[in-house]
Amino acid sequence: MAAKEDLQLLGLAVSPFAIRVRIALNLKGVSYENLEQNLMDKSELLLKSNPVHKKVPVLIHGGKPICESLVILQYVDEVWTAAPSILPAEPYNRAVARFWAGFVDDKLFPSMVGILKATTEEERAAKVSETLAAMGKLEEAFAERASGKPFFGGDSIGYVDLALGSTLIWLEAVRRMFGVAFIDAGETPLLAAWAERFREAEAANGELPDADIAVEFGRTLQARWAAASAAAN
Amino acid sequence: MAGGGDELKLVGWWASPFVQRVKLALRLKGLDYEHVEENLESKSDLLLSSNPVYRRVPVLIHNGKPICESSIIVQYIDEAFAGTGRNLLPADPHERAVARFWVAFIDDTLPKSSWGKTEEEKAEEKKKTAEVLEKLEGALKDCSKGKTFFGGDNVGYVDVMLGGFVGWVRATDAMDGVRTFDPAATPLLAAWEERFVELDVAKAVMPDVEKLIAFANAQVLQARAAAAANSS
Repeated sequence: MAAKEDLQLLGLAVSPFAIRVRIALNLKGVSYENLEQNLMDKSELLLKSNPVHKKVPVLIHGGKPICESLVILQYVDEVWTAAPSILPAEPYNRAVARFWAGFVDDKLFPSMVGILKATTEEERAAKVSETLAAMGKLEEAFAERASGKPFFGGDSIGYVDLALGSTLIWLEAVRRMFGVAFIDAGETPLLAAWAERFREAEAANGELPDADIAVEFGRTLQARWAAASAAAN
Repeated sequence: MAGGGDELKLVGWWASPFVQRVKLALRLKGLDYEHVEENLESKSDLLLSSNPVYRRVPVLIHNGKPICESSIIVQYIDEAFAGTGRNLLPADPHERAVARFWVAFIDDTLPKSSWGKTEEEKAEEKKKTAEVLEKLEGALKDCSKGKTFFGGDNVGYVDVMLGGFVGWVRATDAMDGVRTFDPAATPLLAAWEERFVELDVAKAVMPDVEKLIAFANAQVLQARAAAAANSS
């Protein structure tokens, strides 16, 4: 068992960005203090540790904060170098991993959030199409890169698995709210099988709350956006 | 110089700040490469096949394998050619995390700022840009530890990623009669800009500022013509 580190994670049970950090720390067998935040009433510690964005997750190691989930994942990989590696060793494979993790955060997730934010059926349909298209590209990427291995990272969960796997509860939440399946045994068979493996992996299965919690959170967000929009008009 | 057998091709466009970043990194590492200039109105098969997801420049093709997205390309250059020239990222993991944080910040904020926009749009963006620059000034203070660059004595990852924009900063400063990196509001950034443009690598890769101005003016005229055509 690894020695106790001076390590805190400021996060949220339902945030995919925090979920991926928790799973990464589990993979590395590192113990940490999990400090659940209240984003409606931000703590002094959060505001002090992430003054630029005031967002979760923040990893605080030996009193020093690290912000931005993908930056945190790379930090964890570089500090706790024991297996499994989160990023591949070879530079080209690292670049490909960074590309697809970036794609999840820059394309897939924002399109999915767009479904929640949409105020018209047309807008919603457009965002659903975008999300489905992004999922299609990830299915292709898995087919090309995984070479018969269980995860994008190979034998164990890696960088892209963490990025995409942490969004699964939200993809399921949106399916429950709007009836569209983004990971589907028919359309995206490889990702459907991959998602099962990810959910069941030891490092991940304790960190994925039921999608209904995300549904509830999603409804709260929608109410907040609607109120803000009404106030602006 | 690049080891024997390394073929490096950079698919780019003369005015792109994202392409500038890659050129800076390649130069800093002393690497030879072939530049392939794209016509963005008529994208080549090479570009479309090497970046099918985003279809945009820059793309670095190393021995036939494409790498896309400027931050990923620059880190790739640093890692694949780790033995060549100086390292762009610092050695310490926390400092690396801080550098990556600021590059992510730059990418989330600067491309959305006032460069290349209309007068009306610029006025709205001005306040946001001032806030962004204030944060970057703070970042430079923390990262430089009293030296000139984010990387300290030498240019590092953040300097390269911010440096890609300097051509456009100079062009829009000339057009608007301002200084984006204002010595009064952001003295460290102003000094950084002065030192940056004097670097041999910067002089070698920065696009001609007059050419950028001419391009920006042509774009504005084109936009006005299109708007007039639409409203008539």
